[in-house]
Amino acid sequence: MIKEPFAIGNSWIHRLDPRYKICFAVLFSVTVAVFEQFPSLVTALVISVCLACLARLSIKETAKRLAVVAGFLALVWIMLPLTYEGEPIFSIGSINFTRPGIIFAAQISLKSIAILLVFITLVATMSVATLGYALSALKIPDKLVFLLLMTYRYIFVIENEYRKLHRSAKIRGFSSKTNIHSYRTWAYMVGMIFVRASARADRVYQAMRCRGFSGRFFCLHEFPSHTRNIIFSVIMLIFTTCLVVLEIKTGL
Amino acid sequence: MKEIKKQTDTNRKRLIHLKDISYAYPGGMLVLNHMDLEFFRGDRLGLVAPNGSGKTTVFHIIMGLLKPLSGYIELFGSEKKEEKDFVDVRKRIGLLFQDSDDQLFCPTVLEDVAFGPLNLGKSREEALDISKKTLEFLGISEFENRITFKLSGGEKRLVALATILSMEPEILLLDEPTTGLDEKTRAILTKIIQETDISYMLISHNADFLYECTDNIFTIKDGRVINQGKMYRHSHDHIHTPSFLPDHGHGH
Ligand SMILES: Nc1ncnc2c1ncn2[C@@H]1O[C@H](COP(=O)(O)OP(=O)(O)OP(=O)(O)O)[C@@H](O)[C@H]1O
Ligand SMILES: [Mg+2]
Repeated sequence: MIKEPFAIGNSWIHRLDPRYKICFAVLFSVTVAVFEQFPSLVTALVISVCLACLARLSIKETAKRLAVVAGFLALVWIMLPLTYEGEPIFSIGSINFTRPGIIFAAQISLKSIAILLVFITLVATMSVATLGYALSALKIPDKLVFLLLMTYRYIFVIENEYRKLHRSAKIRGFSSKTNIHSYRTWAYMVGMIFVRASARADRVYQAMRCRGFSGRFFCLHEFPSHTRNIIFSVIMLIFTTCLVVLEIKTGL
Repeated sequence: MKEIKKQTDTNRKRLIHLKDISYAYPGGMLVLNHMDLEFFRGDRLGLVAPNGSGKTTVFHIIMGLLKPLSGYIELFGSEKKEEKDFVDVRKRIGLLFQDSDDQLFCPTVLEDVAFGPLNLGKSREEALDISKKTLEFLGISEFENRITFKLSGGEKRLVALATILSMEPEILLLDEPTTGLDEKTRAILTKIIQETDISYMLISHNADFLYECTDNIFTIKDGRVINQGKMYRHSHDHIHTPSFLPDHGHGH
């Protein structure tokens, strides 16, 4: 099952207006993405860790997400120092590790971890449904928002169909091996998943029409105003401004 | 014995009239063959027939989801032919799909239940109010914020029922409403159905449930709907009751 491990919780961050969370997550990420100086990058990382603590995220789940990025970063650390032009810091045989390459890799690592943490803290702490409604409240076109919501729904459908098929194959003694029988079974399964998912989509659409759907969606959500949203906005604005100032000062 | 409240034949209003309906799925055999069906206000009708005999098909034809090859459909006193004729009908007839997964598609339960009322042009407050009341009526208020596709089969069944009851239809078409429900929930559902003043037609394979909730049993044979008459205790033999189940305690 697709889980939303971060969406469940009742921290201060969880109770914030999702629209504010999305806006500041985007603002923070865009800002940090263009930074180049280490003091500001490290500060940004510290801020994101603080936010994560404030949201009382499960360390285990967060680590799982970060591990995915770590894999990518490992690749960056191998590739960049080797391929980047510049002054070599040390060499193994004829292979040179360059200084600009290492700096670049370090920048990328700090940036990506800081941004990812902020997104987990601010965006993943709402359910995809809430995200959809918040986006539509932010005047993102309805079509895009419902594409998001429907995609999310159909990922479940497809996953469910896959599970059912896989289970039914398994209980009849199917275990995947490298032989023609296995390949054929997998091919059937993949085919069936799409046939079934599309038949399901037809029926869901029928059911929607039965309930008076005529192409227009209505949104139920309301986001009540609360002082904590203002406090959050002020804090985030101060953080971001300080980061920008720090970046410019150290860059001079 | 409970009193069966039913108007006299003379002032009963005919809500559904199917005449001479034939239907075959694309590339398939004739499922319905010159079938007739009449349904009146106040009717509590049970449709009992073997698997694959076309029960679901009949419901889908009434809703205009399937277009018969030939025949005449009259709903609420006027003939319905094209898609646009059915748009209005769907707001007045609530169809509970055989598979709840087809019916539920909004992320949260409350949104799904409010989807119909919103489509009927109700304001957000009204829709929320109706939805909450419906959930309360079915005793599942606590489901409000749960994700629809993460509910269990039986829970989905109740929520699916809520999504059509919230539209306050004049007719209910219930396609196997008790599948997946445990004893207790089925008893609750039985009570709800018995007490409703909405006319309904239901498909079920459960003899007890049919006995308690319907006045009249129809079946489908060779693509035609046949009136089996009232259901009495001793008529259980004619109803699909798996022989391996213990006697339900209906002595003669
Ligand atoms: N989408 C479809 N495409 C082709 N044939 C179909 C389709 N749906 C149903 N059929 C066929 O039409 C016949 C009647 O189906 P229907 O679903 O109406 O049966 P049913 O009486 O509701 O059965 P059950 O008790 O199993 O729900 C079946 O023989 C079935 O094989
Ligand atoms: Mg059926």
